[in-house]
Amino acid sequence: MTNTKIVSPKQDLIFMAILSVVVLTMPIWLQPFGAAYPDLMQKFMIFGIFAIGYNILFGLTGYLSFGHAAFLGVGSYTAVWSFKLLSMNVIPALIFGTALSGLFALAIGFVSLRRSGIYFSILTLAFAQMSYNLAYSVLTPITNGETGLQLTQGDARVLDRMAGIEADASLPTPNLFGIEGIGYSGFYICAALLLISFFIYLRIFRSPFGLKLRAIKSNQNRMGYTGFSTRPYLMTAFVISGMYAGLAGSLLAVTDPLAGAERMQWTASGEVVLITILGGVGTLIGPLLGAGIIKYFENIFSAFNETVLLNAFSFLPDWLAHPVAAVVGLFVGEGWHLTLGLVFMLIVIFLPGGIMEGISRLARLITNRNKAEPKSGAHENKEKEQASAGEV
Amino acid sequence: MSETKKTGIVTRRTILKGTAATTGAALIGGTFPMHFIKNAHAQTFRGDPGSASSVKLGFNVPQTGPYADEGADELRAYQLAVKHLNGEGDGGMINTIKPLQLKGNGILGKKVEFVTGDTQTKSDAARASAKRMIEKDNVAMITGGSSSGVAVAVQGLCQEMGVIFMAGLTHSNDTTGKDKKRYGFRHFFNAYMSGQAIAPVLKDEYGTERRAYHLTADYTWGWTQEESIKAATENIGWQTVNTVRTPVGAGDFSQYITPVLNSGADVLILNHYGKDMVNSLTQAVQFGLRDKMVNGKQFEIVVPLYSRLMAQGAGDAAKGILGTTNWHWSLQDEGSQAFVKSFGQEYGFPPSQAAHTCYVQALLYANACEMAGTFAPWEVIKQLEGFEFDGAGNGPTLYRAEDHQCFKDVLVVRGKQEPQSNFDLLEVVKQVPRAQVEYPADMFGGELGPYQV
Repeated sequence: MTNTKIVSPKQDLIFMAILSVVVLTMPIWLQPFGAAYPDLMQKFMIFGIFAIGYNILFGLTGYLSFGHAAFLGVGSYTAVWSFKLLSMNVIPALIFGTALSGLFALAIGFVSLRRSGIYFSILTLAFAQMSYNLAYSVLTPITNGETGLQLTQGDARVLDRMAGIEADASLPTPNLFGIEGIGYSGFYICAALLLISFFIYLRIFRSPFGLKLRAIKSNQNRMGYTGFSTRPYLMTAFVISGMYAGLAGSLLAVTDPLAGAERMQWTASGEVVLITILGGVGTLIGPLLGAGIIKYFENIFSAFNETVLLNAFSFLPDWLAHPVAAVVGLFVGEGWHLTLGLVFMLIVIFLPGGIMEGISRLARLITNRNKAEPKSGAHENKEKEQASAGEV
Repeated sequence: MSETKKTGIVTRRTILKGTAATTGAALIGGTFPMHFIKNAHAQTFRGDPGSASSVKLGFNVPQTGPYADEGADELRAYQLAVKHLNGEGDGGMINTIKPLQLKGNGILGKKVEFVTGDTQTKSDAARASAKRMIEKDNVAMITGGSSSGVAVAVQGLCQEMGVIFMAGLTHSNDTTGKDKKRYGFRHFFNAYMSGQAIAPVLKDEYGTERRAYHLTADYTWGWTQEESIKAATENIGWQTVNTVRTPVGAGDFSQYITPVLNSGADVLILNHYGKDMVNSLTQAVQFGLRDKMVNGKQFEIVVPLYSRLMAQGAGDAAKGILGTTNWHWSLQDEGSQAFVKSFGQEYGFPPSQAAHTCYVQALLYANACEMAGTFAPWEVIKQLEGFEFDGAGNGPTLYRAEDHQCFKDVLVVRGKQEPQSNFDLLEVVKQVPRAQVEYPADMFGGELGPYQV
């Protein structure tokens, strides 16, 4: 099942180098897609981190968590509180956000991991909805409820005050020793963290630990019979993916210092599942692709309106342009969810392994390697796929 | 000071020579073509259209979620405003607002274009959408929204980014109170004004011996409206039995309405808006609250913030219900009539209060740019601050400089018992004069922040 080829560390390094170049040159090659603006590219990075972390749990162990948004939210709230109380520097915010999410994951994992399959999913979903409702109304003094936690002029910022940095008349922005968290510099902060996270994730994939996680996915009982206690491995994977989510959440706060409760809602948990499945569960690079596609849809497709469409179809005669624009209009603008749903259905039906399966099929076609169709494309993890994906 | 655009046809030397002369000319001339001047002290700002022939505005409205109806109507109003600004259609309120410098040739001679976004009535999504407009589409101004939570969040973002935010429908005291911002402006009225306007009417209609039960949308708007209405009703002698917070977009309010029956309250105050209010009001009526006699009095329901769209959604349940609105299409003044006429011609039905406030906001921003002679936000802000105008439907109106809140007449309305048409659902009980709803600027605290960020 997991026919992982032995990949030399050198090949991995080359792969990382290609990925770094692709990520860091995003502001250039995303230009033709209209996506090369900082906020969206930051989202690509942040949800990329969220998704690869989620893939460590779902992709490797097969445990489907429906509550990862809770960790995202905890990360965000912690980061904003760190900005408010300690310093506008992003380092404490990221450290506390990640650590606290890890602790939170430890607590939730302790309970949820006693069950597997659908029961595990339901337990995590319940915990996430609980956290959402807590953040929404019960813990209003900490979370500011629906309005969302925001920075104010009068925040303590103890460390900043000690260092003699006083906020001037305008609100301070999160920064990394002067490098601002918003705009292009914010994108590069996120990109650097994505690459670091991705490297760790890659090492986990290649490690004996990663192999054991895959063993849990293929047959947990057999794993037990060979003398392994699976719970500690599951727990570690759960906490690591919780910390990835926490890091992503803190980065959301770094690029935009506001934390809202809706970040913890089940729709947000569902989104990361969608991202991972769309990209390819258990594949290295799939979740990154999924994150890119979903965020692109959410931000670009949702902004198309009738005027834009009419412009796009202006080459058609007038009597035709209007009906065409009206029909297409159903699928863009506020109807972008419809398009996303259709794409998702098509992919799940025809490419159960996600986009990565599509890419590997294409690669096979091109290289003319007429091997037999793999029985379960979803769990394929060929080095070939990764290499080709890196160049996409 | 004059503002400049990059052209690259003038050398540095000529600027130095010409600066004094051009500045003088700028002060005298007022309407000269800006793009021929280059100023050595030029400051850059976000959303600067530069030498482009058009300027972009960002319309950030809820297209999904509990306030989607309002959002759709806001978008219609904005599209109408853009038409009028560009000199298409009949001009609407451009002909009635006084003073106004708009000429129907766009803003400062630049054609007005727009981009739209969906706030989803979520702070996160609204800010992401606003960021896209600022970073990708280079908009000069962002406007819209139908929730105070969103307005406060987007206003904060706009202050950081240095882009003017003309708030749409937002009724929380916080928007121009605790959370007011230099770059944020609100034409809509607020919860305090609602309380001040409706309390005397409630006293006349329902007396001074009443026990009120509040159901409140659980976010900034609900909180401040509950506070303001509570204070205003307790002022006329009412008691408050209980205040209960309900989540936004709850859909089913039966679990919150059942306890009202046994609480001993004889008035239910619904601090809800949009689809929430439609649902809670309909369910309260279905539960038979209004047929009950409590403490020897007829049970009553009050909806402090009312709109025609909501009355339409609630149908029969809205009949006889009292509330306040910012504006109503049945007003007979010249400005309202002009707006209703052009909106009706365009879309075939009268505009809602959300449409009205958004339309006016767009025109006011455009006018302030004309008055300032530039799109530089700090200059535009100075024109808006303290701006007095009339002919926009609410009588003489002041944009107060200290908190960027508009002061104008407030309407107390009631759901009509026998509506003549689908849209003729509210009757104006009283037009409360501006003086009665005014309050000191520092009452809610808050800090506007700097002109330049």
